[in-house]
Amino acid sequence: MIGDLIDGPLWYFSAAVFLLGVLWRVFEILRAGVARDLAPPRAGGSAGAVRALFSRFLPRRSLVKTGKLQLIAGYMFHLGLFALLFFAAPHVDFLEERVTGFGWTPLPHWAFIVASEVAFAGLLLLLLYRLMHPVTRLLSSADEYIGSVLVFVVMLTGCLALARSFEVLRLVHLFSAELLLVYFPFSNLMHAFTFVISRSYTGANMARKGVNA
Amino acid sequence: MNEDFDQGLEVLNGQIDARVSSYFSSCVHCGLCAEACLFYTETGDPKYTPIYKLEPMRRLWFQRHTLRGKVAKRLGLSKEVTRQDFADWEELVYDSCTMCGRCSMVCPVGNDIVYMIRREREGFSKAGYAPEGMKAATHRALTIGSPMGVTLKTLRAVLVHVEKSVGRPVPIDLKGVDYMALFSSMEIVNFPEYIESLSRIFDAAGVSWTISSEAFEATNSGIQIGNREAAAELVGRVVNAAEKLGVKYVISPECGHAYMAIRWEGPNLIGRQYGFEVVHILELLDQLRSSGRLKLKDKTDTPLTLHDPCQIVRRGGVIDQPRNLLNEVASRFVEMKDHGDMNWCCGGGGGVSANDRAEPLRLKVFQRKKRQIEELGVDTMVTMCANCRIILEEGLEHYEMDTEVKMKSLTDMLAEHLEPSPG
Repeated sequence: MIGDLIDGPLWYFSAAVFLLGVLWRVFEILRAGVARDLAPPRAGGSAGAVRALFSRFLPRRSLVKTGKLQLIAGYMFHLGLFALLFFAAPHVDFLEERVTGFGWTPLPHWAFIVASEVAFAGLLLLLLYRLMHPVTRLLSSADEYIGSVLVFVVMLTGCLALARSFEVLRLVHLFSAELLLVYFPFSNLMHAFTFVISRSYTGANMARKGVNA
Repeated sequence: MNEDFDQGLEVLNGQIDARVSSYFSSCVHCGLCAEACLFYTETGDPKYTPIYKLEPMRRLWFQRHTLRGKVAKRLGLSKEVTRQDFADWEELVYDSCTMCGRCSMVCPVGNDIVYMIRREREGFSKAGYAPEGMKAATHRALTIGSPMGVTLKTLRAVLVHVEKSVGRPVPIDLKGVDYMALFSSMEIVNFPEYIESLSRIFDAAGVSWTISSEAFEATNSGIQIGNREAAAELVGRVVNAAEKLGVKYVISPECGHAYMAIRWEGPNLIGRQYGFEVVHILELLDQLRSSGRLKLKDKTDTPLTLHDPCQIVRRGGVIDQPRNLLNEVASRFVEMKDHGDMNWCCGGGGGVSANDRAEPLRLKVFQRKKRQIEELGVDTMVTMCANCRIILEEGLEHYEMDTEVKMKSLTDMLAEHLEPSPG
C-alpha cells in the first residue's frame, strides 16, 4: 500500500513540484528584469556569457592554493553525484521507463562503486568544512545543512538499494529522492540551475567592459 | 530617521533586479569569496567575507522576492531587516569593501558581488547609514564641485605653475577641440605634475585638447556612497560641459573610480548615451604610441612593478595598455604574482580613503600589498590612479618602506621619457 503510494502518486507529485517549482523560481528571478546597459561596450556580451558559463568550472589560479580543500571536495562531490545520477544502472532504467523513453550505457558496477565513494567523500568533506571553518559556519543557514543531509540520505539509501534485491530499500531510496525533489526548488539546491543565469549575467557584463570573467 | 530608514529599505528593495536575484539564488555559501578579499585574508575575521556583507540585502530578497521567504515572513520564521542590522552592517558595507571586485572573479557560480555591494549602498545611503566622511565628500562634490573642496580658483592657481613650467598656456574652454581632460581633486591638490605631464605629452603628440572651467572634476562621490541622484548630477555636469564645448572625447584621468563613473556608470545614470566618447588617459596614450605620435626616447633600468587600479583594470578593462606603455620606458618591469585582473587592491578604493574611521583597518590590510612588493624586491611601483598612489604612499610610510620603495605615476613616467620635439 505505502509502496504503491511511493511508486505512484507520490512520485508524480514530487516530480511535478520539482518541475513547476524550478520553473517558478526561474520566473521569479527573471521577472525583475535588468536595465539595458547604455554604456558603449568594448565587445558583445553573448560570447562573454558563454565563456563565463564554462570558465567558472575551473578555479582562478590564485585561489587554487588557499581554497584547495573546498575545490577538491567540490569537484569530488559534484562529479561523483553527476555520474551516479545519470549513469548508475538502476537510474538509467528508471529514467528510460518513466522519463525519457530511451536508455544509454550505464556505468559498470566497479565504476559505480568508485563514483559513489568519491561523491560520499566529497560531500562529507564539504559538510565537515562547513561545520568547522569559521567562514562557512558564519554563512551557513539551516538550508545548507538540510540540503546536504537530504542528498546524503538519498545517496546512502541508493547505495543500499543498489543490489535491487530488497524492494523495501528501493522504496526508501525513492521516497528520500521524492523528499529531495520537493525540497529542491525552494532551497539553495536551485544553484544547480541558476548558476547558468548568474554566470551568464556576470560574464556578459564583464565582457562588455573588455574583461574575461 | 524613521522615515529615512523606511525609504532606505524601499530603495534597497528596488535595487533587487534579476541579476541580484540570480546571484542570491545561486549562492551556496561556500565561502570562497573570502579567500579573494584582502579584508578577510589580512584579518582572518569571517565577518569580512564578501557575501556576508550583503546579508541585509539577502534577507530582504528572501522575504520579498521568493515564495518561501514570503511564507516564512508571514509565519514569523524570517527575521525582519531592522535599523540595528543597518547599523551593524554599515562598517562591512563601507569600511571593509573597496569594491575592488576580486571576489566577483572567483565565485564558482559567477556572482558579481561588487554589483550587489554597489546597489546595497544605495539603500544604506538613503537610510542614513553611511560614513560621515563620505557624506561630507558627497556634499562638497555637489555644492563646491569637488569632494576635496577644490574650486576653479584652486585649479587656476595650479595651472599658473604648470604653464610656467611647460612654457605655454594650458587651454581652457576651447571649443571644437578633440579632447576634454578631466582630473581628480587628488591630482590637482597632491599630484599637479600629472597635469604638467599631460600638457607636455599632448603638445609633443599634437593632441588638441582643453579643460572645461565648468566641469574639470572626474571623481564621483555619489557612486561611492551609493546615491544615484548625486551620482547622476555629477556625471551630468561633465556631460553638459563636454557637449557644450563640442569635443569628440572626454579623457578620464589616472583615477579608478572616476573611470568607472564616467565610462561605465555615467550613461546609465543620466539615462542616455553621450554625444562624445570616453577614453581613459592610458588608452589614449597607448593609441598615440601605436600610431607613432607618442615618441619615447629611452628606458629606465630601475627595477619596478605595476600596481593595477581595480576599477581601471579588473572592472574597467584597461589591462594591456599600461603594460604596453610601461615596457616602452622600463627595461626591468616585473609583474607581481597576482596582477592584471587578479591584482590585490591598495585598500583605499570605493570611498574607503574618504572614510577616516576605516583608516586603521585600511592600514592593516595593506600588509597584502606590502608582501607583494617585498616578494619582488623592486624599488619603484608605478600606478595610474592618484587615489591608489596616495594610499600606497601612506601604506609604505606606515610600514617604514617609503625610503626603499617609491611611487610613480605612469603618465608622469612617460612624460619624463618623452622624446624632445624637433621644434
